[in-house]
Amino acid sequence: MNSVTEKPRLLKIHILRFDPHDENDFPHMETFEIEEAHGMTLFVALNEIREHHDNALKFDFVCRAGICGSCSMLVNGRPTLACRTLTKKLDSDITLAPLPLFELIGDLSVNTGTWMRGLNERLETWIHDKEQELNVDKLEEKMEPELADEIYELDRCIECGCCVAGCGTIQMNPDFVGAVGLNKIARYHLDPRDKRSDEDYYELVGDQDGVFGCMTLLGCEDVCPKDLPLQSKIAYLRRMMLRTGLK
Amino acid sequence: MKVIYTDVLIIGGGLAGLRVATGVKERGHNAVVLTLVPPKRSHSSAAQGGMQASLANCYMGEGDNEDVHFTDTIKGSDWGADQEVVRMFTHCAPKAIRELAAWGVPWSRVQRGEHTSIINAKKVKITEKDEAHGLITARDFGGTKKWRTCYTSDGTGHSMLYAMDNKAHEDKVEIHERMEAISLMHEAGRCYGAIARNLMSGELVAYVAKATTIATGGYGRIYSVSTNAIICQGMGQAIALETGIATLGNMEAIQFHPTAIVPVGILTTEGCRGDGGLLLDKDGYRFMPDYEPDKKELASRDVVSRRMTEHMRKGKGVKSRYGDHLWLDITILGREHIEKNLREVKEICENFLGIDPAKEWIPVRPTQHYSMGGIRTTYKGESQTLKGLYSCGEAACWDMHGFNRLGGNSVSETVVSGMLVAEYISDFCDKEESGVNIHGSTIEKFILEEEAKLEALLTKENGEDAYVLRRRMEEIMMDKVGIFRNGKDLQEAVDELEELYKRSKNIEVFRSKSRAANPALVNAYRTQKMLKVALTVAYGALLRTESRGAHSREDYPRRDDANWLNRTITSWPNKDQTMPTVSYENISISNMELPPGFRGYGKDLTDHHPETLMRQHTVDMLRENLERKNASRFEIQNALMPYIDKLPLKYRGKNERLGEKI
Repeated sequence: MNSVTEKPRLLKIHILRFDPHDENDFPHMETFEIEEAHGMTLFVALNEIREHHDNALKFDFVCRAGICGSCSMLVNGRPTLACRTLTKKLDSDITLAPLPLFELIGDLSVNTGTWMRGLNERLETWIHDKEQELNVDKLEEKMEPELADEIYELDRCIECGCCVAGCGTIQMNPDFVGAVGLNKIARYHLDPRDKRSDEDYYELVGDQDGVFGCMTLLGCEDVCPKDLPLQSKIAYLRRMMLRTGLK
Repeated sequence: MKVIYTDVLIIGGGLAGLRVATGVKERGHNAVVLTLVPPKRSHSSAAQGGMQASLANCYMGEGDNEDVHFTDTIKGSDWGADQEVVRMFTHCAPKAIRELAAWGVPWSRVQRGEHTSIINAKKVKITEKDEAHGLITARDFGGTKKWRTCYTSDGTGHSMLYAMDNKAHEDKVEIHERMEAISLMHEAGRCYGAIARNLMSGELVAYVAKATTIATGGYGRIYSVSTNAIICQGMGQAIALETGIATLGNMEAIQFHPTAIVPVGILTTEGCRGDGGLLLDKDGYRFMPDYEPDKKELASRDVVSRRMTEHMRKGKGVKSRYGDHLWLDITILGREHIEKNLREVKEICENFLGIDPAKEWIPVRPTQHYSMGGIRTTYKGESQTLKGLYSCGEAACWDMHGFNRLGGNSVSETVVSGMLVAEYISDFCDKEESGVNIHGSTIEKFILEEEAKLEALLTKENGEDAYVLRRRMEEIMMDKVGIFRNGKDLQEAVDELEELYKRSKNIEVFRSKSRAANPALVNAYRTQKMLKVALTVAYGALLRTESRGAHSREDYPRRDDANWLNRTITSWPNKDQTMPTVSYENISISNMELPPGFRGYGKDLTDHHPETLMRQHTVDMLRENLERKNASRFEIQNALMPYIDKLPLKYRGKNERLGEKI
């Protein structure tokens, strides 16, 4: 019998709910039952719950295509992008909770934006090149094609926060920059357009809040939805920072 | 009452908005950006395939320049675009991409020597020049004569947006996240900022500014299936419309992208076809060469989408529970190419379809994708009717796309229009006349009005369900204001939408009564606004009795330059009216550099304007004369349609290319 004629599953979606703006509310689990549809993702399922069961249910989706990083949440305890999680890959009992460590806006909606902005400002994640006055009429500076590809590889981070939620170190040290931060340093260090020296980078992450804080549990690498090479980049940065520190 | 003062208020934190913010900041003006979501989550990030700029670095781009890019864009627009604006754009696109390169975008680069590409289903060897090695490369896209679309794999928008947002960090641009502009403040014909609602706390804040810029993107979500992010709901256009003064342009010009996956409508980039991918029908037959023997899969987007629909109507579509679709075959590109240059596409196929696109075909069909229409502005990005209100990017209609946009021209437009409009706004803010002369009582009036509207939604009893109205609107747009349109369906659409709009005044927010973060409340007020936007689209489409670009009328298949070479202008002058007011703005042929002609697809179905021949004659004579005198291409262009004086001084310089030193 093919899947078209099979009776659809009844999904039981258990959601950790809390509205911090409601003085009488407290964190609690609530279960919604919906019928599974073909090709259903958690994006579809949650919108169905909002439209037909509880219009106050809070969650964040923007691109719903796995590109923008808005919808990370704990799916059965594991941080991931909800929009591209197909329900057919899960049991009929599904537990959803907001991403830990970030400010809760309500239910499954968390404020990753402020956290990421703080990180970017702290690590100055932009090209530092005060020397050069850019003339936009002239040919662009050349770059080796492989190098451009390597930079793009690390530039693919979508700041979804999964690595932060999956990080053991940050649970104990909230000032830890996380894999997202270290990956950004690796990205700019690789980029010849950024004129910061090894010493400059050492100042930024050469300590317990940076690359030496990592306990190497590597939950980050396990949960990264973009499969970034976080493990090897953290190891690389550590060797580089050690060399710089010993200079 | 919370009031925040700034020089420039920017609504929308995507590529266009951020580029305006950094631009005005560098000119010494304060800027505040309001965004629904963190800027890096904006819909700009979803642009996959690339950005058009005539760099002419790679072999297949050799000979490219502003002139070729200009011609492609005008033809693509079906002569609906403003030719001066397109000139400004094509002149500045190389500058914008070089700026982004300096800000950190890891553009894919030219690799010297021989490589293999797939062109027209055949392997072709291409040799790149030594001197081009390491410069920005480009891929092929629909409707372009040269390979001009620059890219970073298929995450171009993502890389551009990240570089742009990081630049905004560096420039210390103030960004207020999760703040939604819900109305514009204006007094005596001048815009002075916006009332915004904090989406986390519900607080209303008045942002008072000398200049206000709307850069909120398109309105694709008035359709039930769209490639757009779910925040692309046309709120920027709606709040402009609700001033009663600002106008919208060409709202009926809606683009359908040929290859969104079925059923969820997520985009697979035009780069798939640009890199050599094919469209196949239910028999695995490649049908596009039958319809468009010249450009085949790489005809302009509107053309490919129509041909696909025609082919499915002949019964050649693949049946599925979600209706018919066709196949996109990129298996011929090989795994290595897909994993390097089409990674997002691969991830999307794996995650949403459970297929491996290096082995299997992708189910696709044309899906709502882009809004050519938007807030009508001058070439400076300023509303033609409401002083101090600016708009750029997809939100605006300045008007560089006319009735069809070329792939790769949208992200390019965001940064180019952003950098230009930032200069014009700065010029305005430098002048004394930009002073803020709004009365405190007016600000208060605007806040109280918005508070009252929200209160009404929350306290209404026995009212309408916003979801019901919205879903019906989305269906109507999909079924009756789609790729092919006709008078009967459009009339029904307009009538029913007007009915829905009337009902929307009576929306009640059920159950969820919180004034703070409350998705039900958000859905309620946005639905009211979306219905207005939907009406401008459907009504504009009904009245335009011709076919031009993406606006295709089965009952009026000819492009009618004699009667319809104009822009649709929509406004909503009276709050109580239930239909938009429509007028038309003539597009003058007498100063066109490229007089109206045949785009080169299918049969020529054009009724020409009497002036076209005359202008064509003038253009030919001028060109011939100057060519005889060995005039440069710049001199010839300047004689045909001078535009360079319109550009800010800093962007007037000629663009250097390998074969074109400056």
